[in-house]
Amino acid sequence: MIVTGKGGVGKTTVAVALGLRAASEGKRTIVCEVSAQENASRMFEHTAVGFHEVEMEKNLWSISIDPDESMREYVLLQLKVRAMRDMLFRSRIFNYLAAATPGLKELVTIGKIWELAQLDRKVKKGRKYDLVIVDAPATGHGVGFLQTPRTFASIARVGPIHSQAQTLDRFITDHEHTGTAIVALPEEMPVNESAALERDLVDEVGVAVDRVYLNGLYPERFTKAEAEKLATLAEEENGAARAAARAALSEHGRARSQRAQLSRLRRRVEAPVKTLPFLFEPELGVEAARELSRRLG
Amino acid sequence: MPTLGEVLEDKQICICAGSGGVGKTTTSAAIATGVAAQGLKVCVLTIDPAKRLADSLGLKELGNEAKRVDPALFEKQGVEMKGELWAMMLDPKQTFDELIARQAPDEESRERVLGNRIYQQISGALAGSQEYMAMEKLFELHTEGDFDLLVLDTPPTRNALDFLDAPKRLTQFIEGKSLRVFMKPTGLAAKVTGRGVSVALSVFKRIVGFDLLADLAEFFNAFSGMVDGFQARAKRVNKLLADPSTCFLVVCGPQGEPIDEAVYFHRKLVEAKLPFGGVIVNKVHYPAEQLRAEVEDLPETLAEKLGDEDLADRVAANFADYQALAERDARNIKHLASELRTKGVIRVPYLDEDVHDLAGLAQINRYLFATGEERVAMAAGLA
Repeated sequence: MIVTGKGGVGKTTVAVALGLRAASEGKRTIVCEVSAQENASRMFEHTAVGFHEVEMEKNLWSISIDPDESMREYVLLQLKVRAMRDMLFRSRIFNYLAAATPGLKELVTIGKIWELAQLDRKVKKGRKYDLVIVDAPATGHGVGFLQTPRTFASIARVGPIHSQAQTLDRFITDHEHTGTAIVALPEEMPVNESAALERDLVDEVGVAVDRVYLNGLYPERFTKAEAEKLATLAEEENGAARAAARAALSEHGRARSQRAQLSRLRRRVEAPVKTLPFLFEPELGVEAARELSRRLG
Repeated sequence: MPTLGEVLEDKQICICAGSGGVGKTTTSAAIATGVAAQGLKVCVLTIDPAKRLADSLGLKELGNEAKRVDPALFEKQGVEMKGELWAMMLDPKQTFDELIARQAPDEESRERVLGNRIYQQISGALAGSQEYMAMEKLFELHTEGDFDLLVLDTPPTRNALDFLDAPKRLTQFIEGKSLRVFMKPTGLAAKVTGRGVSVALSVFKRIVGFDLLADLAEFFNAFSGMVDGFQARAKRVNKLLADPSTCFLVVCGPQGEPIDEAVYFHRKLVEAKLPFGGVIVNKVHYPAEQLRAEVEDLPETLAEKLGDEDLADRVAANFADYQALAERDARNIKHLASELRTKGVIRVPYLDEDVHDLAGLAQINRYLFATGEERVAMAAGLA
């Protein structure tokens, strides 16, 4: 499951919530981060996990996929002769080529995701996972990221990379086993962008979009009649009563305009839309993600 | 504490930087609008493919050419537009192609580069090329000198820092110094430098496939005549970024993560000796601090006034939620200010309506260009 969306919409929180839910259902699940930011492990107040599969909770693991480490691991699996491997890693020219080849970092990152999803993993002590969740890079780069295998397959027309890239492209676009979720916010532009993202994912990348999560939806705390009453109060009163009435009106207004965005989103995307509530919590930690995981359905 | 108007006085370039999702595009558009309204000719550049800027400025679409925003649109919103506002959306690929066309010594080398598959990849997709092209276009517009101020909305990288490193990464790649020596088909270098290199190359070939390597060799050969031109240009771009007439504004949100990123980004700006102009925090919940004493018996007060205990409880609970968010924001901003050793944090409140058009921009503008006291006073009227 690849979790996509623009920056700042709560992709990591949703990815972790999806992970918690799957883990609570008994699925062995791993949440992969690809940006070296370790937001997921930070949510668990865990020290940085790096390029290691670390168990956060029962059935739930986390890894931060580093392209250099992935490359190294890939080469280790490809080359059986040890002397050759050592020579290769020490070689400046190899490191240069690896860094200079456009898209290679993205490719080996997706390669690692593929590897984690295999049931007969070649990596030493590799666990079998029932579900691999990817906290994808923000859109803008996100579609490009998922397209890397296909682009690569067309650049390198022969050789192992060509066939590997084809395998990865099939893996990404395998609708039966691989899906994407889009995380959106209930605002004008993010809704437009999510609709555009869905089109790109389906038409250009060819992946399945299973669900759109509308994150941060304000609860409808007040009815229209109550809002009118509060508007009068806000005009007549001073001090805390007035501030509280204004806060309530502001909540009411936002909740309403967000409902309008929700209907726009439903009209504009093909995938089913699921809403996630705004949590009035100063810091979104693992408990917030757990709260959301109960509402994922 | 200087206002944003004072910070931008005498500036020719303003670069809005920050991580994704913090309202950079909106802020850039609002700043450009504000300065233009005061009588200058301003152009705002975005690289965001999501057409957000075009939407918010009421333009159907934006292209690689600057377009003027219809002054009548501002009038409708009650904004007096004394100057001119222009906008453009960078097409990194096209900008790169134009750059190649300018730098190529002759037609043949130009066609060789443009037709090369590696080039086609990096010009569109290589991490860093978007950022590099944004700076390139900025440089071009600045050199042409048609505008009083250029406002750049930086690309939506997850890590704001990518933006600063990108040009270096890309020029290093294009220079390909160490690589070109080895790639010459009949080069002696491979033999001279010994077995290690040739084995490494052959292994690499085996992994990536020969085609790719041949394309790379072709790419570097085609580029060889342009490397000096590129380097010279990159140097001038860097000089422009460090010039006192340029200013970097860090844009962030009030939550912990964006604040941490802003602190980090500011440190990198200082390390790179780039001119930091200030920090803008978007979507801030302003606290009603002065009311703390009254809040304790708020449910009772409200119940009495509303004649509805249930509603009163909900209003009070909602208010407490808002206050908690406001306190968090205040705490995070205090931390930000002390890390940046600045008092000049510009706080834009979380408005009741989300900002996506000129009316919204005008509203944000009032906050951006106000003094600190004015902002607090305006926000007190909000919530």
